[in-house]
Amino acid sequence: MAHAATTIPVHPAPAVLTREPLVANSRSIAWISDAIAGVAEGKTPVWWWAAFVPAVILLVTCFSLIAYLISAGTGVWGLSHPVMWGWAIINFVWWIGIGHAGTLISAILFLLRQKWRTGVNRAAEAMTIFAVMCAGIYPLIHVGRVWLGWWLFPIPLSQGIWPQFRSPLMWDVFAVSTYFTVSVLFWYMGLIPDLAVMRDRAKSIPRKFLYGLFALGWTGSNRHWSNYEKAYLILAGLSTPLVLSVHSIVSLDFAVAQLPGWHTTIFPPYFVAGAVFSGFGMVLTLLVPLRSVLNLKDLITERHIDLMCKVTLATGTIVGYAYAMEFFIAWYSGNPYERFTFINRALGPYGWGYAWMISCNVIVPQFFWIRWFRRNVVVVWILSIFVNIGMWFERFVIVMTLHRDFLPSSWGFYAPTWVDIMTYIGTFGLFFTMFLLFMRFLPIIAIAEVKAITPYADPHHPLGGAKSGGHR
Amino acid sequence: MPAPAATTATPKGRAYGILAEFDTPAEIMRAAEVVRDAGFRRWDVFSPFPIHGMDEAMGLKNSKVGYISFTGGVLGYTTGMLMIWWMNAVDYPIIVGGKPMFSPFGAFPPSYELTILLGSFGALLGMLFLNRLPRLHHPLLKNKRFAFATHDKFYVVIETTDPKYSETETRKLLESAGSRHVEWVEE
Repeated sequence: MAHAATTIPVHPAPAVLTREPLVANSRSIAWISDAIAGVAEGKTPVWWWAAFVPAVILLVTCFSLIAYLISAGTGVWGLSHPVMWGWAIINFVWWIGIGHAGTLISAILFLLRQKWRTGVNRAAEAMTIFAVMCAGIYPLIHVGRVWLGWWLFPIPLSQGIWPQFRSPLMWDVFAVSTYFTVSVLFWYMGLIPDLAVMRDRAKSIPRKFLYGLFALGWTGSNRHWSNYEKAYLILAGLSTPLVLSVHSIVSLDFAVAQLPGWHTTIFPPYFVAGAVFSGFGMVLTLLVPLRSVLNLKDLITERHIDLMCKVTLATGTIVGYAYAMEFFIAWYSGNPYERFTFINRALGPYGWGYAWMISCNVIVPQFFWIRWFRRNVVVVWILSIFVNIGMWFERFVIVMTLHRDFLPSSWGFYAPTWVDIMTYIGTFGLFFTMFLLFMRFLPIIAIAEVKAITPYADPHHPLGGAKSGGHR
Repeated sequence: MPAPAATTATPKGRAYGILAEFDTPAEIMRAAEVVRDAGFRRWDVFSPFPIHGMDEAMGLKNSKVGYISFTGGVLGYTTGMLMIWWMNAVDYPIIVGGKPMFSPFGAFPPSYELTILLGSFGALLGMLFLNRLPRLHHPLLKNKRFAFATHDKFYVVIETTDPKYSETETRKLLESAGSRHVEWVEE
């Protein structure tokens, strides 16, 4: 053949890029049931008791100090003019913010078809519920006269007066209670098929009875799955605007006030980003050790950790942008009070809090640009704790804005008392008591959802039994 | 897998239906199409997780949960708006900061939250209602074999009350659809 010059160059077929699997080691669907349900079965491990007993001690501390607060009055806290909103509001916002990652993972990532969410959604939703419980304590106890807390709800009173719905504090009551209720509904609905798994595996009569009772008679019928999946999609669709609204409304508690440093329109988006950021910090803090202790590394893989670090990086950077923009607007507005507030935040008596905030929330997540940091679980765990600390300081900085307002004659200083500090530490007791009970009795990973993302569950995949060209 | 001969015996009590076991999602999907095309009505597929495409394979219509949830949402929003207007502008009006007694903007956040709250209850309770749950007793839940329906096996169950049901023909149909294990389920 003399026509070599006309040969068309043939490129070699590109190498197939395979994604890192979401369930490592090609685990079968039976293995997934056994591994996840096994965590809540069998003998209680010693380490569980070693964690549970201190958690209960802290829980008792928390409730004893609340009893002390109610009997003695809010004077036992460090609140004093001009800082009349201290650790109670800081801790409230901090805890409720943590919850937001759970809803983001369960709802927003579901709508975005992010299959990796199935490995972490159950634990993250549980975290949401327990964090909202910790948060919910504070609005109730900080009102001072706790026994009148029910006045916050539109219940007829003998004096005939109604709650005042023009106040963002009333909006907050509706936002937080709806958030808690819907989070519980969403979590429970996800649990129904998994409770049926637990029921069908149970050996003892009490376990059969209790799991059976809460599984509501679930059989795995496809006619049921059809309605179930639609309801799950709707709940995800409703939770998405809910989670965005909750922290927006929390931010309005501040932003509706006519106070320099608080009265700004950037607050709602900035609070939502910060909430998701802090929530992912807490999810990482919890799941990085748990996946090792519970032998669930095949289900919560390094890829899951990697992806969560990326969300942390993205939201942390949004938060950093918000800090910069806030400062810029303070200067650009030309308002001397606004300018003073921001310079005082950064360089005033509480400047150290500002330094913590910037280092933990803006600088720390930048490490996650580099793959090595995202893949090194010990480093991820340490950095996630700094995220938690940084987001606490963000709320501290915002609340401490109160200490120097318009008139220097009314300036003051704020310091917490031991009651403030121990009540806050005590809320960790509530959180960890609930979380440990959850992981002892309920499936910590959504069994049915993880099964559904494996190739064994796909009728169009050879591992799902498909012949060439689909399930036929 | 036990020999099929062991399972051909007719049940002691009244039969609820006939159960056929499958090992993979593709097998059960093929079987579902066979049962659908044979014109059965009172039958179902059971799987440990929702199988993508099974609704079409069974010939199911779109779920009606959306209507119930939507009704809940509308009810929530209207309740919120009417409640706030009546409480703050009609029953006990108080002037606060010179603001209007009722403004849709101030009343929006709580009404929005109530929309989501009742919409969510509509989704969950609507799902349970359409599925006739909670149901604390079911003939299938007594069946030993069926416990694997939440583990790693897939089942087709055809009820004896189906007009097309026949003791011999239905069993043959399920066996020809590829099931290696077919058995009776007692009522």
